[in-house]
Amino acid sequence: MGVTQILFWFLSALAIFSAVMVLVSKSPVHSVLWLIAVFFAISGHYILLNAQFLAIVNIIVYAGAIMVLFLFVIMLMNLNKETEPQKNLWMKLTGVVSGGCLLIVLISLVRQATEIKDKIALTNKGDIGLIKVLGKTLFSGYIVPFEISSVLFLSAMIGAVVIGKKD
Amino acid sequence: MTLLSIDWFLIIEKLILIAIIIFASLGIALYTTFAERKVAAILQDRPGPNRAGPGGLFQPFADGLKLIMKEEIIPNTSNKFLFVLGPALAMTAALMTCAVVPWGDKIVAFGRTVVLQIADINIGILYVFGVVSLGVYGIMIGGWASNNKFSLLAALRGASQAISYELAMGISLIALLMITGTLQLGEIVKQQMQPGHFWNIVYQPLGFLLFLICAFAECNRTPFDLPEAENELNMGYHQEYSSMKLGFYLFAEYVNMFISSVIMATLFFGGYDIPFFDEAAHANWGNWLALAGIGCLMVKVVLFIFFFMWVRWTIPRFRYDQLMNLGWKSMIPLALLNMLITGAVVLWLNK
Repeated sequence: MGVTQILFWFLSALAIFSAVMVLVSKSPVHSVLWLIAVFFAISGHYILLNAQFLAIVNIIVYAGAIMVLFLFVIMLMNLNKETEPQKNLWMKLTGVVSGGCLLIVLISLVRQATEIKDKIALTNKGDIGLIKVLGKTLFSGYIVPFEISSVLFLSAMIGAVVIGKKD
Repeated sequence: MTLLSIDWFLIIEKLILIAIIIFASLGIALYTTFAERKVAAILQDRPGPNRAGPGGLFQPFADGLKLIMKEEIIPNTSNKFLFVLGPALAMTAALMTCAVVPWGDKIVAFGRTVVLQIADINIGILYVFGVVSLGVYGIMIGGWASNNKFSLLAALRGASQAISYELAMGISLIALLMITGTLQLGEIVKQQMQPGHFWNIVYQPLGFLLFLICAFAECNRTPFDLPEAENELNMGYHQEYSSMKLGFYLFAEYVNMFISSVIMATLFFGGYDIPFFDEAAHANWGNWLALAGIGCLMVKVVLFIFFFMWVRWTIPRFRYDQLMNLGWKSMIPLALLNMLITGAVVLWLNK
């Protein structure tokens, strides 16, 4: 077993364990912290695939920015288990059933997808995830979707400012 | 020697390098606390600490001993694990940045060529940003786990300050990246070392100024030390902390100061480049040249640290609304302008 395999199993176990803890934790703050652990494990997987840019952007954007805002909201609203409304049993049951349906769809999709069938992930080599290649691809082949998504982000940002402005 | 298809010598080499760099960073930060008190004393025309050892040189150890020996109090209403995790995270995030910094050129020892950088990764600067953005968690978790409203408010203020200034910091560096064309810190230093190529400060004066101000804000140094503004919020996010846990929070600030000085020296002032000296022509000096380079980097870092202190004991602190206005209404537009101008100039020169 090489280093890559050891790391793969360790990160996978960490990711699944943390994801379960996100759901099981009683306190919302603990859930957010476990979710951060999930993001770190996934970034570790990206690094194993030599997708360094994706890994670090995942950490900067999700762990460094979005989760901080989650924590802000949860801490400011002072959510804890006493004030959290208890869902009734039927709600929980429907949630489990619909979540299970989504899981089945995803698994069947992955099993049948021809693009990834009989392919082995490149670990530790391949430069497709490096920033140079990624930048060239984004700004040549995918320039239109890239620009459209940036405009979308800009409009979302302006919208947030407009909503947040006191009048 | 390979076992489990791992090159163990490489791992041992890196472990030794990591140990040296971590201990050196901590040692320098330790003496930075002493230097801070001495600089403050000189600026205020008084002798400063001079009792412990010759000229007060053992003062930092006395301070550290005092902090460790103090009674450790954990509020019984707080979450114990998170309460301890807060200072640990602050310290870890402060130290993690030193992994990508090129401390010097190669050193040849025991028949191995050792590159004086723990990891020259493809995404060097982005890694620095990633770690900086994690520094917020130390403050937020500590403030929340204290279960004290004042700590929580101070933590939220500190965190919003940090994320506001991260933006301007990132945009100010994009302009630098346009010129260098690489994210690898080692490569950026090598470009600046080439004869006929000036340090990046010459090409990016505004970018450096913005980065410097943001570094002050990220390190919570005066004039941006609002998270610990004692007259407004008792003591800040570490109000409930005592003993060495408080020490770690305070100490992380000094480590941050050291690391951000190193980053500034590396990005804008040529890193381990010896000024007015052609390294390539004296390659036969070998290890001595590398050591001189490390020394040169340290001189630049010490000058930056002195500047941090000089500002702290000269300029009063901002009010919170002034801080936010400066960050969002001056720094970010200026950084954007700098980026646009740099982009236009790069395009014009390459036409």
